[in-house]
Amino acid sequence: MGAGHGPRLYFHGHSAVHRAPAHLKVLGLLGFMLVVVATPRQSYAAFAVEAAALLAVVALARVPLGYLLPRMVVELPFVVFAVLMPFISHGPRTEVLGLTVSEPGLVAGTALLVKGSIGVLASLTLAATTEPPDLLRGLERLRVPDLIVQIMGFMIRYLDVVTAELARMMTALRSRGCDPRSPRHWPVLARSLGALFIRSYERGERVHLAMLSRGYDGRLP
Amino acid sequence: MSTPVLEVRGLAFAYPDGHQALFGVDLHVHEGERVALLGPNGAGKTTLVLHLNGILTAGRGKVTVSGLPVAKEHLKEIRRRVGIVFQDPDDQLFLGTVRQDVAFGPANLGLKGAQLDRRVMEALERVGMADYVDRPPHHLSYGQRRRVAVATVLAMEPEILVLDEPSSNLDPASRRELADILRSLDVTVLMVTHDLPYALELCPRSVVLSDGVVVADRTTFDVLTDDTLMAAHRLELPWGFDPRRIDSLPR
Repeated sequence: MGAGHGPRLYFHGHSAVHRAPAHLKVLGLLGFMLVVVATPRQSYAAFAVEAAALLAVVALARVPLGYLLPRMVVELPFVVFAVLMPFISHGPRTEVLGLTVSEPGLVAGTALLVKGSIGVLASLTLAATTEPPDLLRGLERLRVPDLIVQIMGFMIRYLDVVTAELARMMTALRSRGCDPRSPRHWPVLARSLGALFIRSYERGERVHLAMLSRGYDGRLP
Repeated sequence: MSTPVLEVRGLAFAYPDGHQALFGVDLHVHEGERVALLGPNGAGKTTLVLHLNGILTAGRGKVTVSGLPVAKEHLKEIRRRVGIVFQDPDDQLFLGTVRQDVAFGPANLGLKGAQLDRRVMEALERVGMADYVDRPPHHLSYGQRRRVAVATVLAMEPEILVLDEPSSNLDPASRRELADILRSLDVTVLMVTHDLPYALELCPRSVVLSDGVVVADRTTFDVLTDDTLMAAHRLELPWGFDPRRIDSLPR
């Protein structure tokens, strides 16, 4: 059985940012993101200030950028979209590095890229300085509905179990000559993801049975 | 004789899709007994287990636990009295730390504060896992998770401990450690298993369930040495294992 290898976003440390109460960090992130999103598209100075503030927090937390940056790949789909925008948008044309691109598209793409990157980096900073159980307790303190916190707790608990199951399925596929990365085998991959969904669903039912067997009545104690 | 801890009478059950799993099962377990429930795959063992704490409701027949019938109005008390340890510990340990998981059952029974804490630590000590109380369950080894799963049920102070395949997926050392723990517990046990040597080691008495009926209820030694019975119900001993050649069984 593949036992878990710990939270992969958390970076162990004892900085002031690590020690700050989780609910304050969540509120801080939320407030910061609202400001970033509300910043007008072309106020590059404001973006610079925001980015500097964020980098200051990262420095204070003593989380190396080399740890955070590779984890920013989650942003990739948005980056692709942001890069495409200048080419597919309408409006007046302008020339950049010898390419003719749409000016509003360029502005929108840049803004999307900047806001997205700041957002992702800020969220990663929160995740790197707060362990998942503390985050859950923080959300509880913020009066997030109990049910939602419970569901998130289960998600964290079973993330490792489900990914280990997926890894075993992929090993089994590879052992029988299927390469999950090749598009030719994507239909097989899709079917096995479906199977994983059903397995996880059935596990959910078994967990529920185990909970009922110990007197669960809809509220976590 | 005294009131059995567990009494099953004429229990029949069919699943909603029409598949009938149990055809009139009779079974009783008295206080302090350790009984093995044997049978081939698909014999209805798990279905029977799910009736013992009212997860499934009998089609016909009756289950009583220390005199209390398994029925909707007593479910809470029934589930305290009957502690089921499921096969996959990952199904049973669903919270963030061992402490939370073990506290889950007793907290549902209304225990709080120091009393709850004491219950948790006592249960973990009984399975030798007290040092792991603040660890997340998914960081434990499989054998340790199985032991914590037993503790989650012990913490409810059940009258009968029902174990579903307790030795499955354990390495021989963890398997033996679990056997030592089960023997050290002063609790009535019903153990569903395919591991016949384990049944012989731990349970003086065995009940064989096959095709939804009880076909034998004797000492484990008798069952395992009755070759006709064993062959008729797809029960097989591991190669080279002969109960007749064991001089003394641990009690």
